[in-house]
Amino acid sequence: MATPKPRVKVPKKASAGETITIKTLISHDMESGQRKDKDGNVIPREIINKFTCEFNGTKVFECDLEPAVAANPYFEFSAKVPESGTFKFTWVDDNGSVYTEEQKITVE
Amino acid sequence: MTRITRRTLLSGTASLAAIAGLGLLARPAWASTEAAQEAVDAFTGGKKPETGKITLTAPEIAENGNSVPVTVEVDSPMTEGDYVASVTILADGNPNPEVATFHFTPMSGAAAATTRIRLAKTQNVMAIAKMSDGSVYSDQKEVKVTIGGCGG
Amino acid sequence: MKKSTIAWIALMAVTAQPLGASALADPVSDSLEIDGQAMITEAPAPKEPAGHPFEVVKSGWLYREPETRSMEMDSFENPGMLNVERGEEIWNTVEGEAGKSCASCHNEASESMKGVGAHYPKWNANAGKPINIELQINACRENQMKAEPYKFDAQDQKDLSAYIKHQSLGMPVEVDLSAGDMMSWWEKGKERYYLRTGQLNLACATCHEANNGLYLRADHLSQGNTNGFPTYRLKQGNLVSLHNRFRGCIRDTRAEQPKAFSDELMALEVYTAWRGGGLSVETPAVRQ
Repeated sequence: MATPKPRVKVPKKASAGETITIKTLISHDMESGQRKDKDGNVIPREIINKFTCEFNGTKVFECDLEPAVAANPYFEFSAKVPESGTFKFTWVDDNGSVYTEEQKITVE
Repeated sequence: MTRITRRTLLSGTASLAAIAGLGLLARPAWASTEAAQEAVDAFTGGKKPETGKITLTAPEIAENGNSVPVTVEVDSPMTEGDYVASVTILADGNPNPEVATFHFTPMSGAAAATTRIRLAKTQNVMAIAKMSDGSVYSDQKEVKVTIGGCGG
Repeated sequence: MKKSTIAWIALMAVTAQPLGASALADPVSDSLEIDGQAMITEAPAPKEPAGHPFEVVKSGWLYREPETRSMEMDSFENPGMLNVERGEEIWNTVEGEAGKSCASCHNEASESMKGVGAHYPKWNANAGKPINIELQINACRENQMKAEPYKFDAQDQKDLSAYIKHQSLGMPVEVDLSAGDMMSWWEKGKERYYLRTGQLNLACATCHEANNGLYLRADHLSQGNTNGFPTYRLKQGNLVSLHNRFRGCIRDTRAEQPKAFSDELMALEVYTAWRGGGLSVETPAVRQ
């Protein structure tokens, strides 16, 4: 599997206190640990197990994922934007890798 | 007064036997309703969820169980004093009932989230919301998972 | 059991029985817009050469359930776009002894590749046969980049093909049958389309012509058009190439599978691309 690639969609601008919609997607097989290979051996579980969204260091939204989340995990959720700043998105892989992405938003 | 006739007795016995049989068959491979109930209790701390406030949206028929979109929305002002702390999604026919748990904060603005999940077969999907005051609410939808003609 | 009996059983599985109130036997007409750009999902069937079986050709998108449809309508929600983005990286990556990337010769794909994917498969005089995007990429890799050609269905092959075809998003598929010997390949492809094979004795036409719009168990049979390939399939959670799908269909008839890019399947690609002429390129389409 190639290195997981995150994508996020955050509006560029918002008004103060507005609730915006954020969409995120990351390429990942989400190997469930339920499948077997050609020789009948169980393919070990390897999933994204945690997703976090922070705004200027404050937690906005978080998700604990189980193997029943589909491949290429997709999230759509809301965030309240009190001021201009940066959203930080973090995906944690079973293998210890952490994938991050940042996106700025301007409040006017 | 209900009179017990031979017929009601027999049909009752038959359905009990059928339920028991299904339970036995289902146990090794799939999460049973008991396992799903245990997962509910683990999330709510044993509290029985009330209906209302939470809406789970899922397709009536999923074209492929490998990716089924589900959305949860909870009616809440999402203020410091009154917000939705978390929502868990459970599926009672999967190998394990746990699917995903969303954690919200007042900074979420709204307690709403969408993701895509795997469903091994036709089953009930449940969403349970835990409010900041500890109260719990749930909603449930049955999703039919189709088997394609072309090798599934 | 006789072959004919097995085929009869297989056909019994094709039924018009809808699954529920929301699943209609006929494809529901609706408009597909991707990020607001209108796609042609219904077009008058190509008139030349004569003999197209349909009046109107329809995109497979019309045969899908609402949730699958909506995944294709927003390029962000379409997981196949992750592959397209990866394809863009490959486009710009230098590989091979010549020290070139695709971009070294073709610059910006958004300009140089616009419309290219809509006109493949295409006659190739050097090869003396029609080639598709995948084979064109391999020819470039070998001759221009001095790099190894991709193996069939290598992830990079799927991602790069999808990226190139995506540059034609919305443009109608149009295969040039007047070039070279394309007509004889069209003829061969047509023969293959109507040829019954396998233990189930099924032709492409059995499902996608005679029974399109009906259900094969839970599969809503489409016209089998090729305008969305490589397509993101929920089943695989990945892009699926056209020749993979050809082979999959043929496997399901319990026949021996021809090799990818074999003359047999290239002819079938020419013929099926023609059948869906006029439909927008939807790559990467989202299907079940």
